[in-house]
Amino acid sequence: MKSSRRKFLKIAGVSALGLGAKPVLDVLASSGEHEATSTPEIKKGKDALTAKRWAMVVDTRKIESEEDLKPIIEACHKIHNVPDLENKNHEIKWIWAEEFQHGFSTQEYEFADERVKHLPFLTLCNHCENAACVRVCPTKATFKREDGIVLMDFHRCIGCRFCMAACPYGSRSFNFRDPRPFIKETNPEFPTRTKGVVEKCNFCAERLAVGKLPACVEASNGVLTFGDLDDPESEVRKLLKTNYAIRRKPALGAGPSVFYII
Amino acid sequence: MLEKALTGSKRYYGWMAALLAVISVGFVCYLWQFRFGLGITGMSRDVSWGFYIAQFTFLVGVAASAVMVVLPYYLHNYKAFGKITILGEFLAVASVTMCILFIFVDLGQPIRVMNVLLHPTPNSILFWDMIVLNGYLFLNIVISWKVLESERNNVAPAHWLKVLSYISIPWAVSIHTVTAFLYCGLPGRGFWLTAILAPRFLSSAFAAGPALLILLCMIVRKFTKFDPGKEQIQSLAKVVAYAISVNVFFFLCEVFVVFYSQIPEHMDHLTYLFVGLHGKGVLVPWMWASMILMVVSIILLVNPVTRKNETVLVAACITVFVSTWIDKGLGMISGGFVPNPLHHVNEYIPTVPEVLIAIGIWAIGFLILTALFKIGVTIKEEIAGLA
Repeated sequence: MKSSRRKFLKIAGVSALGLGAKPVLDVLASSGEHEATSTPEIKKGKDALTAKRWAMVVDTRKIESEEDLKPIIEACHKIHNVPDLENKNHEIKWIWAEEFQHGFSTQEYEFADERVKHLPFLTLCNHCENAACVRVCPTKATFKREDGIVLMDFHRCIGCRFCMAACPYGSRSFNFRDPRPFIKETNPEFPTRTKGVVEKCNFCAERLAVGKLPACVEASNGVLTFGDLDDPESEVRKLLKTNYAIRRKPALGAGPSVFYII
Repeated sequence: MLEKALTGSKRYYGWMAALLAVISVGFVCYLWQFRFGLGITGMSRDVSWGFYIAQFTFLVGVAASAVMVVLPYYLHNYKAFGKITILGEFLAVASVTMCILFIFVDLGQPIRVMNVLLHPTPNSILFWDMIVLNGYLFLNIVISWKVLESERNNVAPAHWLKVLSYISIPWAVSIHTVTAFLYCGLPGRGFWLTAILAPRFLSSAFAAGPALLILLCMIVRKFTKFDPGKEQIQSLAKVVAYAISVNVFFFLCEVFVVFYSQIPEHMDHLTYLFVGLHGKGVLVPWMWASMILMVVSIILLVNPVTRKNETVLVAACITVFVSTWIDKGLGMISGGFVPNPLHHVNEYIPTVPEVLIAIGIWAIGFLILTALFKIGVTIKEEIAGLA
């Protein structure tokens, strides 16, 4: 009797270990094979805007004060149900204004012209070509789409905040508490988030899917231009060809997709 | 053998009851955190890891340090350590358990923790940390238990146990290396972006862990009939002496590179920690205390006269433990987040519930440690015919 119970426990223990280890062993075993099974094809809507690599150009010459940026920030935060939290520690922001010395902390210098020094710069997720947040996420809750957009799966995120430590641009926010009571007017078209997950700008992937430009671009009065970096005829490429533009922290090699014409 | 943990003196029961009381306070605070979210902690958008992850980092080191008794015994046949390997391994079991708990309480969505297994991601260092930590826990439970069992039955340990013991040696190094890789591979964090982070972690671990083990050996000697041995304690003390010296040397290497190169993103964090930045410097007295204590402990431990005096040795070990704890458990994590990547200086101070949850986990660790030591020591007493 005693020995059979012991045997049963042994078998049960080994089975439990095996069940837990199976997906882990699978991934280790399949690392050399084709990735065909892991990336199912998603059909595009008939009106969807598509690109090889989405990018944004911020024309800072068209910005005078923080007032010009307010409608842009509001448009984004409103449609994405971004809560307005009083506690600065718990702040959630997808797009916001920073001074040059903060937004471009490694490129600032004493003698920069006065306009640039005091100009508010729009900062948001850079949808990096080589995104550190994607590299560190232990559950693939943050991932890169084939069109270059770095997205979050709010339902898979375990809230470990490794991505926040990895992001060199401070673009990510964490829900330190339930955000829903702090959303002024909920947009039913976009999910609200739960406490304990990370979120950030998604380049309006949900709007691109139905043929609309990002909300911030639409509200920007021409300050922001959005397009395909891979298409030499696109608006963003034309702007970059004829104007000198900079990116944030280029030395890190992350390859941001947001450009600033100074 | 587990039954040995269930019987004991009044003092044993009292100590365990006190730990349970501390654990329940921590547990209630955790329930609050579970309901409200991590907003009850002092963490913020800028300092997104805090006290929990810092304790985790420190304790991975304590766990890894079991190798400092296992290695001399198994690889160099240093027989004296045979008497205390079990204590080192039990300390590792308790420490790794605390590490896993600290990661767990730090999760925003703890009920989704199994996503790490369901969607395994080998490019994430956290994935590898999960593998090495659980593997190390498993190795130490199996090895310590089977070795103790064979000792009790007066038979030679099975051959495969020796194989597992050999595996556990590089594995111990791996847990702290992988833990350092969590931080030192991040592009925008100048404080951690240094190849010496893993060596620094290991050196401070091999100081803090054996220092704690010396203190535990002395407690065992005082309260039980089992004597871990004078030679053993002195050998461990030498390990602590050179590990803490190497740790300070590695730190000074870091200081040289950072301040001679004069690269602001690398200087800012050390400046913040040791003199303050933009008028903020809550950790400044702590960091200086840590450095001074490390130097004091080197003087006390390298000098054979003071090292051989056991009263001084106790003081030196406490000094080592406290100084390395401040270095890793306070400065190492929040120091990397201040200033933030946009060069804003937002400081971090843990809140009361956050500290109570952390103390609760430490109490769980000590509960496990006490129970395991009780089992080990009782059996050692039996073998020696003392019980």
